[in-house]
Amino acid sequence: MEAGRRSVSGWTVANVVVVLYAMVPVLWIASLSFKDPSTFTDGSFIPRKWTLGNYAGIFTNADFVRGLVNSIGIGLISTFVAIVFGTMAAYAVARLTFPGKRLLIGVSLLIAMFPQISLVSPLFQIERALGLFNTWAGLILPYITFALPLTIYTLSAFFREIPWELEKAAKMDGATPFQAFWQVIVPLAAPGMVTTAILAFIFCWNDFLFAISLTSSNAARTAPATISFFTGSTQFEDPTGSISAAAVVITIPIVIFVLFFQRRIVAGLTSGAVKG
Amino acid sequence: MAEIVLDHVTKRYADGTVAVDDFDVRIADHEFVILVGPSGCGKSTTLNMIAGLEDITEGELRVDGRRMNERAPRDRDMAMVFQSYALYPHMTVRENIAFPLKLAKMGRAEMEERVERAAGLLDLAPYLDRKPAALSGGQRQRVAMGRAIVRDPKAFLMDEPLSNLDAKLRVQMRTSISRLQKNLGTTTVYVTHDQTEAMTLGDRIVIMRAGLIQQIGPPQELYDHPRNLFVAGFIGSPSMNVLPARLEEGRLRTPIGDIPLRGRLRRAVEGPDVPRDVIAGIRPESFEDAALVHDADGGGTFTGTVDLLESMGPEKLAYFTLDTGAVRSEHLTEAGGEEEAGEGCQLVAQLDPKSGARRGQPVRLWYDTQAVHLFHPETGENLTER
Repeated sequence: MEAGRRSVSGWTVANVVVVLYAMVPVLWIASLSFKDPSTFTDGSFIPRKWTLGNYAGIFTNADFVRGLVNSIGIGLISTFVAIVFGTMAAYAVARLTFPGKRLLIGVSLLIAMFPQISLVSPLFQIERALGLFNTWAGLILPYITFALPLTIYTLSAFFREIPWELEKAAKMDGATPFQAFWQVIVPLAAPGMVTTAILAFIFCWNDFLFAISLTSSNAARTAPATISFFTGSTQFEDPTGSISAAAVVITIPIVIFVLFFQRRIVAGLTSGAVKG
Repeated sequence: MAEIVLDHVTKRYADGTVAVDDFDVRIADHEFVILVGPSGCGKSTTLNMIAGLEDITEGELRVDGRRMNERAPRDRDMAMVFQSYALYPHMTVRENIAFPLKLAKMGRAEMEERVERAAGLLDLAPYLDRKPAALSGGQRQRVAMGRAIVRDPKAFLMDEPLSNLDAKLRVQMRTSISRLQKNLGTTTVYVTHDQTEAMTLGDRIVIMRAGLIQQIGPPQELYDHPRNLFVAGFIGSPSMNVLPARLEEGRLRTPIGDIPLRGRLRRAVEGPDVPRDVIAGIRPESFEDAALVHDADGGGTFTGTVDLLESMGPEKLAYFTLDTGAVRSEHLTEAGGEEEAGEGCQLVAQLDPKSGARRGQPVRLWYDTQAVHLFHPETGENLTER
């Protein structure tokens, strides 16, 4: 009993430490974003002089607003395309045997492992030659490339969970292969697809390396890259307030995304399909 | 409603293994045919080939005279019931049953009516708006049946539809499947590994082993006239007793006494290439307590000590151990005969409940010598039936 209580309190302490460790920087940047510029360096965790001026400032900054639009647009398009192709590829990987299957799996794993920094210079050259540099497509393409292995891997795991007999049953019931896939498999794999979509979107949304290297103006520059171009109101002033406000702003969509879809990720949707 | 012809159908996989070898059966319209055999005998593969879920390597599948080999499953108009039921978990019972009709683009009103009718037939009406997860095993099984009967297909294909149910429900569903099939008159091919299901359900049984058809015929014919040792061991419960036997001086020497070679036994041993050592088979019900037999003509007797006695109600099963080695044959192990490794030869006798046999006590048994089958020890062929 004594030992049990001690282990419970031990766990509580450990959890609190971990949560604090993770949350303090986030809370700190949130606190900074509400501080008046004159009190940035006062060392107080809770702002002494509250202001929304930093937020007002970044939303009147046309570059940042444009960056947000770019981020949302590029992220959604990349995610959508990656999910569509990833679903089909993952289905093939999970269900079919075809020549080169192992190669496909190997190559997609390789791409996922590839150090992105080594691709920046070649991509820069290629995109400039093709006229893709500083366009949405110029970012969407590499994002899809890196999101696809992720989607193929997670989705094929989900597809493998779905009993094959359901497809056979659909075929016997008169479905074409596409109908069987669309009306039986996809609804069952939906939770997996949503999870995968969130992961892919977060990957695109968080990227900084490609966003900073493959853009040169606000035509395609995404929000994280835009922040690095913030300047203070004078040459001698740091844009601390704007950066922290912008950092909070770009965190919010991710939080909403996860909270909103979490409820949809219902486990055990396939229960009752077969015997069990 | 259709006649299904499997014309010398063979299934060979890419690695060279032959799953089904020269399967040649004509299934008549309205007929209920059972494919039975131990696991891995190719019965499910055969069913999948009829369904179109597996390709046919050689031979031809014809339904009402039309070649089906290259047609997709959905163009064959057959309904299948799977062992796992394969219900769509995201759809309600109603949607599950209506799914084939929806795919066939049937009008709403007719669809509703047909679903209601199928549900009524299977007592599913109260569950139409539930999801499969909220149903019991037996109800799920009935939904799977409903999905099959709703569109009035040319044939039903059933792949061990009852093997996931508990024993009592299985017997119930067995009779309702039988009744349903007789009422609808739809040609049915039913796969099972359970010989009781095969015996009770089918108009005809196709018994398979290692991809090869062993025998085709009505249940009683397979029971009375098994073509070989495998069929004899597979059909019947408890299974046929097999004893080592030797042909000597015009008699058959067996551990349960000498049997004179008369009638069909004589004809059997007079055939060509009959070895001196054979295998004798005798069904448990060919025995009776000698005290209860008045007209003991044409029979032999044997006295043994009862090892174990099971009272089944309408009969008693008495188990004996004979003091000879058990018959070892590959034909029997695959038939699923009980394995008593290293023990003596086992004998089961089915006796009248009035029998006074007691455990541990000797009892004198009478048996019908004309009911004995003789099998070739190597080929397993039934010498009394050739």
